[in-house]
Amino acid sequence: MAVFTWLKRRLVVIAGLLTLAYLLLPNIVVTVFSFNKPKGRFNYEWQHFSTDAWQDPCGVADMCGSLGLSLQIALWATIGATALGTMIAFALVRYRFRARGAVNSLIFLPMAMPEVVMAASLLTLFLNMGAQLGFWTILIAHIMFCLSFVVTAVKARVMSMDPRLEEAARDLYAGPVQTFWRVTLPIAAPGIAAGALLSFALSFDDFIITNFNAGSTVTFPMFVWGSAQRGTPVQINVIGTAMFLVAVLFVLVSMLVTRRRGHQKA
Amino acid sequence: MPTLAEAAPPLAPPEPARPPRRRGRFTPYWLLLPGILWLIVFFALPLVYQASTSVQTGSLEQGYKVTWHFATYWHALAEYWPQFVRSVLYAAAATVLCLLLGYPLAYLIAFRAGRWRNLIMILVIAPFFTSFLIRTLAWKTILADNGPVVHALNTLHVLDVTGWLGWTAGDRVLATPLAVVCGLTYNFLPFMILPLYSSLERIDVRLHEAAGDLYARPWTTFRRVTFPLSMPGVVSGTLLTFIPAAGDYVNAELLGSTDTRMIGNVIQTQFLRVLDYPTAAALSFILMAAILAVVTIYIRRAGTEDLV
Repeated sequence: MAVFTWLKRRLVVIAGLLTLAYLLLPNIVVTVFSFNKPKGRFNYEWQHFSTDAWQDPCGVADMCGSLGLSLQIALWATIGATALGTMIAFALVRYRFRARGAVNSLIFLPMAMPEVVMAASLLTLFLNMGAQLGFWTILIAHIMFCLSFVVTAVKARVMSMDPRLEEAARDLYAGPVQTFWRVTLPIAAPGIAAGALLSFALSFDDFIITNFNAGSTVTFPMFVWGSAQRGTPVQINVIGTAMFLVAVLFVLVSMLVTRRRGHQKA
Repeated sequence: MPTLAEAAPPLAPPEPARPPRRRGRFTPYWLLLPGILWLIVFFALPLVYQASTSVQTGSLEQGYKVTWHFATYWHALAEYWPQFVRSVLYAAAATVLCLLLGYPLAYLIAFRAGRWRNLIMILVIAPFFTSFLIRTLAWKTILADNGPVVHALNTLHVLDVTGWLGWTAGDRVLATPLAVVCGLTYNFLPFMILPLYSSLERIDVRLHEAAGDLYARPWTTFRRVTFPLSMPGVVSGTLLTFIPAAGDYVNAELLGSTDTRMIGNVIQTQFLRVLDYPTAAALSFILMAAILAVVTIYIRRAGTEDLV
């Protein structure tokens, strides 16, 4: 009976932790199977422990090339989407203008549209224009779908900004340009950074839109997709695990830095 | 004489959305121009092209012409309605599962996690850092025919029940609807958890205490206080899960079989392999219209305007 009451009190906690386990299980499998030495072409069954793949992460033809391409596209898409999105966000928060509603829905709709619809319609545009599918069409598509997310992230930050800070800067004889660079931009920076990080992650991991608009160009997700048919090399798991570790490390370090800064200010 | 600091009013929280007071009537337009132009050319215009493609006839060799051939829509619907129905069912099942699984975790992070909150939050987001295709492929290992999960389900006779319901076939989980729904649930779960968390986090804990003081049992408190207050999160989480799940073809392709093909799979094959552009465009257009209709009705019903 005591056990029963104990369980009942912690029902939410137990259910929550089970969900967390469900979320993390595939990552654990990916990590464990990066040390596998599979018999056939597919890395789905455990055979025995080996660090071969970790010692030769680029040992698979074309994989690291596709990884480089994905990083390159993600970088440019982030720069493009962040610049365009930040400008839109400032216009939306700081100015009143005609067609505001239309602008808002134009930004909301790409987020509410199934990816496959955007992917397919963009392909019809490129086909009609006779565009050569490849790097540029992928980049164009990625900037398009990342834009809305940047606008949302930056808008939230700029909206919570105290406009009097800028007025104070102006009262202290800062010019508009100086006010923007010394006051406005630093305060908006966390929102812009969040938007940029989100863009990078979305672009780097995008499959559906890229699948339609890449032509014969192979990004990393495209490579993984293809390998699901041809045979999955262990190196895919190595890259997956490494990405996970780098990202978690990045988050932890940035958290430590913000915490330390907080202490210094206090 | 009071100093300037004394004369100044105490620092109030910033007022949202101040009236515009800038000079430069055209500044907002210049700021908007590049981004909005991008969205018009590469998001809105393609939808127009797609609409036009869907009413064209012709062939790859001789080219396509707009002939207002609306029959393509009827043919497409007549041939692929099972995939449409399947997409809606799978996406709905995944959304319900996401809500059932995600709510306790969001609740845990918001109210019970204490100093573990940040860590759990990182763990929820962390899977995003590994390519979702790699993680979806990992489900092939987890649900493998001779793996521990299938073995356990067989021993507990769960697969007999799910097989009877038509969710699984024989002694396997892979290549069945259950595997696809499981993959969809897994892939879109964080999109449910994050909005749920952000609306739960805003709830004043004192409301729980007040409900307790008024002799509400924990379950009543949840049903009458917590859950209604978390509705914005439920609504946006549901949309963020249902919309991408309904258009997804990755899970059905990697974890399913030819019997679990969803509408996304059909659109992808028609566009990229069969090269039947009018049919593919018509299907994609129907999907878009259906989703927009569902979303509009749902938002009206749920009565939440501040989703954007």
